[in-house]
Amino acid sequence: MKRSFPLVFAFVVGFLVLLAEFIPHRPFNQLTSTLENWFMIISGFAILLGQISLIRVNSKIIAHKEENWQYHLAGMISFALMLLFGILWGMREASGVLGNGEDLARWIGLKPFDYLFTYAYMPLSATVFALLAFFIASAAYRAFIIRGFESNLLMITAVIVIIGRTSIGSMLTGWLPESLSFWHIPNLLILSWNTPILQRNVPF
Amino acid sequence: MTAFMTTFGIWLSAFFTISIFSFLYKDNPLYKFSEQVFVGLSAAYWLVNIIYSIMIPNLFSKLIGDFSGNLILLIPAALGVMMLMRVHPATQWISRYPIAIMIGTTAGISMLRYMKSDILNQVTATMINPFAAESTSAVIGNLLLIIGTLCGVFFFYFSKKQEGIYKAPSKLGIWFLMVSFGATFGYTVMARISLLIGRLEFLLGDWLHLIK
Repeated sequence: MKRSFPLVFAFVVGFLVLLAEFIPHRPFNQLTSTLENWFMIISGFAILLGQISLIRVNSKIIAHKEENWQYHLAGMISFALMLLFGILWGMREASGVLGNGEDLARWIGLKPFDYLFTYAYMPLSATVFALLAFFIASAAYRAFIIRGFESNLLMITAVIVIIGRTSIGSMLTGWLPESLSFWHIPNLLILSWNTPILQRNVPF
Repeated sequence: MTAFMTTFGIWLSAFFTISIFSFLYKDNPLYKFSEQVFVGLSAAYWLVNIIYSIMIPNLFSKLIGDFSGNLILLIPAALGVMMLMRVHPATQWISRYPIAIMIGTTAGISMLRYMKSDILNQVTATMINPFAAESTSAVIGNLLLIIGTLCGVFFFYFSKKQEGIYKAPSKLGIWFLMVSFGATFGYTVMARISLLIGRLEFLLGDWLHLIK
């Protein structure tokens, strides 16, 4: 019962959403937007659940002084600071419990939450994703290069796209006459994007 | 004071940027510290963001402003509280109901959305007269579109062994797939490279003032 009833519940909700698409009358025409709104609210609680789980896991590591516990403590302190700043003085235009934090914003230039966001969260986020550029490139080189015709096709297209997105791509074939502009590297990018498989067969 | 805090912020950003990049050499305490700070900050950022952009305008403001007119919102609020029951092992099963609603809603909406965008719209866009285009390159593009779509779809047809006459379109389908994967891969790499350039610009410009 505890397992099968939620399954039935999920099926009924999904079926109602499908049904609502074909019945443009009350209450069915409002059903999808209502469920979408509910979904957002429930997912807000789900995020909260995730944070509770994060605190529990980290607290356990810190309490038992497991390996690298100091770093987890730093993580929890940064979590608490950001959360506290957000709740007390709000973020961007939103006001917090203690108001909009104008005095603090005059002092440090931004709201405390926005200050941490601009000078800590943003650089960390951008750098972590920039770091992936090195690993993607090296992994792709090892995985695809000279393994066969298909993998070479993949790499050649990728190289064309990469070169075409830089100024050197325009320089290399910029001298081509108008009649051959089809072969100008940035124009080849349009060809690769228009490749039917990319848009039509594979759900990326 | 504002100028000092801005400078301090730039130095803080530079510290975190260099700490994360230090992982390229090897795992080290600075990287571990910055990684955990990133985890903490992003968890808190998303929580605060959800509170101000979803929970307050969609739930709390409406209930506080007009409680009797928004009684229906007590249902998602109750479901949300049921979701939190997952924290305790004895009440874990209660959270299956809000999860069921989320799965049902997502499945229903996604099924309709993909039916429209990935099937109906794509079939419509592919069923064209390839020779009706104005330029030669557009005609070639239309032909590629039709041949590529048919061969790509054929590659995923596994009910018949792809040998003999069936092998050629399947092979062509793989080539089209590889070109598309290559394009996607290239764009992904370039997106990361843009971020890398951004960070280097920050370090050399905002922090060290070596470039303008």
